[in-house]
Parts: sequence; C-alpha cells; structure tokens
Amino acid sequence: MSQSSTITPNEKSDIRKEVAQHVSNWKGEEGNLIMILHAIQNQHGYVPREVAMELSREVGVTLGRIYEVLTFYHYFKLVPPGKHNISVCLGTACYLKGAPALINEVKSQLKVEEGGTTEDHEFHLDVVRCIGCCGMAPAMTVDGRTCGKVKPEDISKIIAETKSA
Amino acid sequence: MIKAKINNIDIEVPEGTTILDAARKVQVKIPTLCKHKDLLPTAACGLCIVKLKNSPKLPRACATPIENGMEITTHDSELFEVRKSVLELILSNHPNECVTCGRNGTCELQDLAADFSIREDKIKRFVRDIPIDNSNGSIVIDFRKCVKCGRCIEVCQDIQNVWALSFLERGINTRMAPAGDISLKDSPCVKCGQCSAHCPTGAIIENDETETVWKALRDENKYCTVQIAPSVRVALGEAFGYPPGTNLTKKIYTAMRRLGFKAVFDTNFSADLTIMEEASEFVERFAHGKGALPLITSCCPAWTDFMEKMHPDFIDNFSSAKSPQQMLGVMAKTYFAEKMKIDPAKIYQVSIMPCTAKKYELERTDEMHASGFMDVDVALTTRELARMIKQSGVDFNELPDGEPDSILGEYTGAGTIFGATGGVMEAAIRTAYNFVTGKNMPAFNVEAVRGMKGVKEAELEVAGHKIRVAVAHGLANVEHVLNKVREAKKAGKELPYHFIEVMACPGGCIGGGGQPYGTDDDLRMKRAKGLYNEDGEMKIRCSHDNPEIKRIYADFLGKPLSGKAHDLLHTHYKARPIYQR
Repeated sequence: MSQSSTITPNEKSDIRKEVAQHVSNWKGEEGNLIMILHAIQNQHGYVPREVAMELSREVGVTLGRIYEVLTFYHYFKLVPPGKHNISVCLGTACYLKGAPALINEVKSQLKVEEGGTTEDHEFHLDVVRCIGCCGMAPAMTVDGRTCGKVKPEDISKIIAETKSA
Repeated sequence: MIKAKINNIDIEVPEGTTILDAARKVQVKIPTLCKHKDLLPTAACGLCIVKLKNSPKLPRACATPIENGMEITTHDSELFEVRKSVLELILSNHPNECVTCGRNGTCELQDLAADFSIREDKIKRFVRDIPIDNSNGSIVIDFRKCVKCGRCIEVCQDIQNVWALSFLERGINTRMAPAGDISLKDSPCVKCGQCSAHCPTGAIIENDETETVWKALRDENKYCTVQIAPSVRVALGEAFGYPPGTNLTKKIYTAMRRLGFKAVFDTNFSADLTIMEEASEFVERFAHGKGALPLITSCCPAWTDFMEKMHPDFIDNFSSAKSPQQMLGVMAKTYFAEKMKIDPAKIYQVSIMPCTAKKYELERTDEMHASGFMDVDVALTTRELARMIKQSGVDFNELPDGEPDSILGEYTGAGTIFGATGGVMEAAIRTAYNFVTGKNMPAFNVEAVRGMKGVKEAELEVAGHKIRVAVAHGLANVEHVLNKVREAKKAGKELPYHFIEVMACPGGCIGGGGQPYGTDDDLRMKRAKGLYNEDGEMKIRCSHDNPEIKRIYADFLGKPLSGKAHDLLHTHYKARPIYQR
C-alpha cells in the first residue's frame, strides 16, 4: 500500500499545470502514456500518487490501468528515491558470480528491501537485469558509477565512500 | 463450418469456435479454472491443455480455435498427469483452509482437487501473506486465495467498466489488487459483486452477515421482519437442486416464518410502489415538462454509485424514487408499525437481495433513515439466505407453500419483472400509460425491452405520444446510451430517449452479484423466464391495480409524489469522487 498524504490547493494547482504540460508535449502520439510517465519520473525521481491521479483525470485513463503500467515496468518508481542509488546487477553472469550474496549484504547493512529506500532517504536499492558489464561480474552501480568484481566484504567500504562523497 | 475430430468423434462447428466450446457440443468437459462463459479466454490456468495429432504442443483449449482436420485428444493418462501437476502447482500457492472458507462446497478449485484425487501436498506450500480487505462492507477480498485467473478483473474492467480491480506487477509477483493499490473502499468499486460471482475460489466473497441476522432472530425484544426481492425467488432453488428459474416464492415465505421472522413481506409489493412514484415522475417530466428528461431509473444501488462517481452530469435525470428495498423498509417501520401497533424501534428489517450493493444502499444517504430508524437493518444476498436455511434444519424442498403478510405482501406482475433487465421499464410503461390515458394498455408485454441484448432501444406509442426508451445492463453498456444523450444535448438536437433503465449487472438482478454461483447467459435467461412466466400468469399485471397499493395511498400516503410520499419514498444524489484518496 502506498502512503496517504494530503496536499494543499496550491500544490494541486501546480500538479495540474505540470501534468497538462507533459500531456500536451505528447498529445496524439501512440503509446504516449509511457512517455508521459517517463517525463513525470524524470521530474520527481518517481511517480507520485497525486500526479498519477491527476494524469488519470487529464487523459481519461483509469488509475487502475496507470498502475498496471507503473508496476509492470521495473523502471518506474512509486516511492521517492534515495539520495544515492545502488543498483545490483542480477543478470546471468552476475548471478552466477555471486550477486545474490551482494544483494543480501546491501540489504542487511542498509536495512532496506529490494526496490525500497532507507528510512533516512539516503540510499535506494534496486536489483536490475544485465547492465552490460558481464566481464566485471558481479557488478553494481552506485550513483551511476560502475563497481566490478565486487565481493560482499567490499560493500561496507562502498557505502562509506558514497556517504562521504 | 469446420470439420474436425474430438476423441475420435466427428464434429462440425462454425469457424472461430474454440476447442473448449466444440468439445462441449459432443459432451466432453475439458477442465478449466480460468475460463468463464461470460468472458474472453485469458489462458491463465493451463488446465485445459489438449493434444493435437502430429503436434508436440499442448495448446490451451479455451484460447485455441478449432481448425479443419484437427484430431484432438482431450483426455488420456498423460494429459491427466500434466493437469494434475498444474493443479498441484496452483494449490501450492493456495491456503489449505477449505473448511473455514466462504466458498467451502461451492469452490471450483476445491471441486477440481476432488476430481483429480489430490490426496497430499506434493509441493511445499508457499502463500504470500497479504491482509484481507474487508473495507467496503459489501465485498471481502482475501488476496491469498487468488489463483490469478483474471476473471474478476475482466468483469470489473470490461463488463462493468468500473476498474476497481487490476493486476499489479508481473510474472511470479503478479497480484490482483484494487486499482492503484489502495483499499477497496477507496477504489472506484460500486459494490455490484460481479467479481464475487465470477471468482472461482474464495478470494472474493460477499460480506457474510448471517450471524448478525441469527442474533436478531434470537433477540426476544426484536420484531424481525423480512422482505424478498423479485429475482431471489427464481434463483434460490439452485442451492437446493431445483432447475434454474423455478419460482419458489411460496416455499420461501414458509421458510422465512420457520426461520423466525414475525412478518414476511415481498419486495415485489414495494416494486409496485416504486413504479407508482417513478411512473408519476415520468409523466410529470414528459407530459408536464417538470424536470429533466430523459428520466433514468435509480433502483440499482451499484448503478447509482457508478453514476455519482463517473457520470454526475446526469444527477438531475435520476428518478428520486427510492429502490423497492428502501421503500419496503420505511413502510414497514411507519405504515405497518402504525397499523399493527408495534413500536417501530423494535422492528428489525432484513432484506433478501440478489445483490451485494444492497448492503451499501442501507446507509447510502440520511434518507435511508426516513422512518426515524434504519429503514432496513441488514441486507442478505441469496447465497447467504441459502446458507441460513441449511443452518436452520428446515427441509426446504419438502416445505408446504405459505403466504406473505397481508399488508406489504401482495404484488402484481409488474413488481415481479423488476428482477430482469427491462422489467422496471416495462412496469413503468404499463403504469405511465394508464396515468396518461386513464386506460390500461391493450397488451401488457413490451417485448422490445426484454432479453439479454446489452442495450435495447424502442419507440413506444402512448396516446399519440412517441416515447423513446433505452435499457442498458452491464455497466459498460451505459456509456454508449449516455453519450448519445450528451451529443444530442450539445448539438441542440432532439433527445434520443425520454426514459432510460439501467441495471449494473448483466441480465439485471436475476444475474446479480449475490446470486447462486455459476451464472451465465443460459442461467440468466432461465431465471428471467421464471419471472416473465409468473407475470404472464397473474391476474393483476399493473402496479396501479394492486389493491394494497391503492389502500396504502388511500390510508396513508395520499397520492404519488405527495409531501408524505416525498418525505418517505424519495432520495437525492450527489457527485462523489472516483478515488477517495
């Protein structure tokens, strides 16, 4: 369940304007729902519920359908991302070279679930499919920087470096 | 036509027929958990696999059209083993809670497990722990019991156009959830219950209130009364082995008294009352220009909820007349109480409805307390009543006939046909005709509004006036009708209709979300036939000719649309948000 939140009339009007802008950018194009959702996520880092509801109203697509799309694609986020993004690769090569242990290590050190954000909003953990660095397996990216041949005991150092960076 | 062989039996079927349907024609039943006759195939469950000669594949019979020359095997030892394995996989994600489940004894998965001689858990059971959603008072969802067949979602999205349910996520994580991952209460759900009627398992069931009713019946300080909706009488029998459509009105009266109800009323009576008010409203609007046209029927609470959420621009078009359930409730706690000298505070009114949304209607607005109390205290579905009768030890099939109470019990053919799509329209036309012309129609049957077609349109002639009507059932059919009105209004053209009937459920109340399981068009037609047969056989077929209706106006209400009638029998509608948050 996503969290409940109340928004002010001013925020509501901002959301209206924002959504109307995104919609007009993609008006009449086939498959524009996904493009609009991309634009919304680029702006907020995730797709806030209020914005999805406004989009539903503006384009006449049910919220049910919008959430079907949002939850089908791993790319879309429904919760605010952390300040730092950790993506552990679980492509075949990384999987075989020990990615599951890396994921467990990150989860336990940061107390975060896959696809979740830490309570202090510092870190977000994603498990992604092949990032194209099979030669460096097991690999992960931290804020876009790729780390290869990672061992579970490297994780605490990577986290500490990221925090202080 | 396509010629093929199923289990070496020659068949000839029209092009496009699926293997599953073709097999039925030669008395072969291929097991399936996801395919429902009302719905397009989703090919989700994998139980209906069959073998084709010269092909290594095992296509799904529900989604594979039969082709010329196909030689199909539907049953052999290998298919049995594969199907059994599929079933074991499904069961491994399903809680083993049959004895405490709302579908115990009526579950399609349980039946299959029995048929396939499942005797042990071969695969370690893993059930995701998701809390039950009982937030909306009508329908209860236990997500753990979902087999992801997609029936509820198809019916909610495609047949009803409500979009309260959807699949979220993908692959092994796929789950059915209220749209946008909120609680059902906050979703667009209109409580029609079609999801519960189509669910093969106990994942979606009605909110069972039988225990509440038993408590009231055992309470000596309560004077329990009951009303039975039109469509219940031709469906309840299915739970007791009667053929669908068998009219058991009089047996039900006896059963009600055996359960302990002190007075037995018939919702057919108050359907006649609804018609008196609604037909008067129509004549006011049509002949005297007082109020918006087209007039739209409002006795279906799932439809009114849908309209308030999705089509609030039609609020002025709604009939303000309350539904028969609510009219009977308020009459029981005012007129009946006064006449019988019973303290209305002691009256506990139970309604037996084909419907889950009727539970919601009880507190829809403050006007549902027009008697000064809750006009109806509890609404039970047909399915709940069947269970209560079984719990009571009453041998239903052997019961003698009984009679309803003499006030609020007598009804006409017009009241009875309320339970089928087009029935309210037909009943209203019979009475409106009389109100306009002072005479009864020469022939009462309005065939043009009967039947299972999703939208029925007709032009009826009444005393030189042409009355254009539309009847829609299944909420997805409503938009077409309303859009025609919107377009005409916008273009300043003549209205396409003067009077519109809408029932949320396909077939009307006989196909209601609270009716016995297994409803499909064949069953709907049989139940509807039961009602039309009764209407055809009745001496009095018009609401305004009902002697008790005449008496209640003479004694108590004055005339239709009087001040008192307005206070007790009418309500209002308001726009409501589609999503609560």
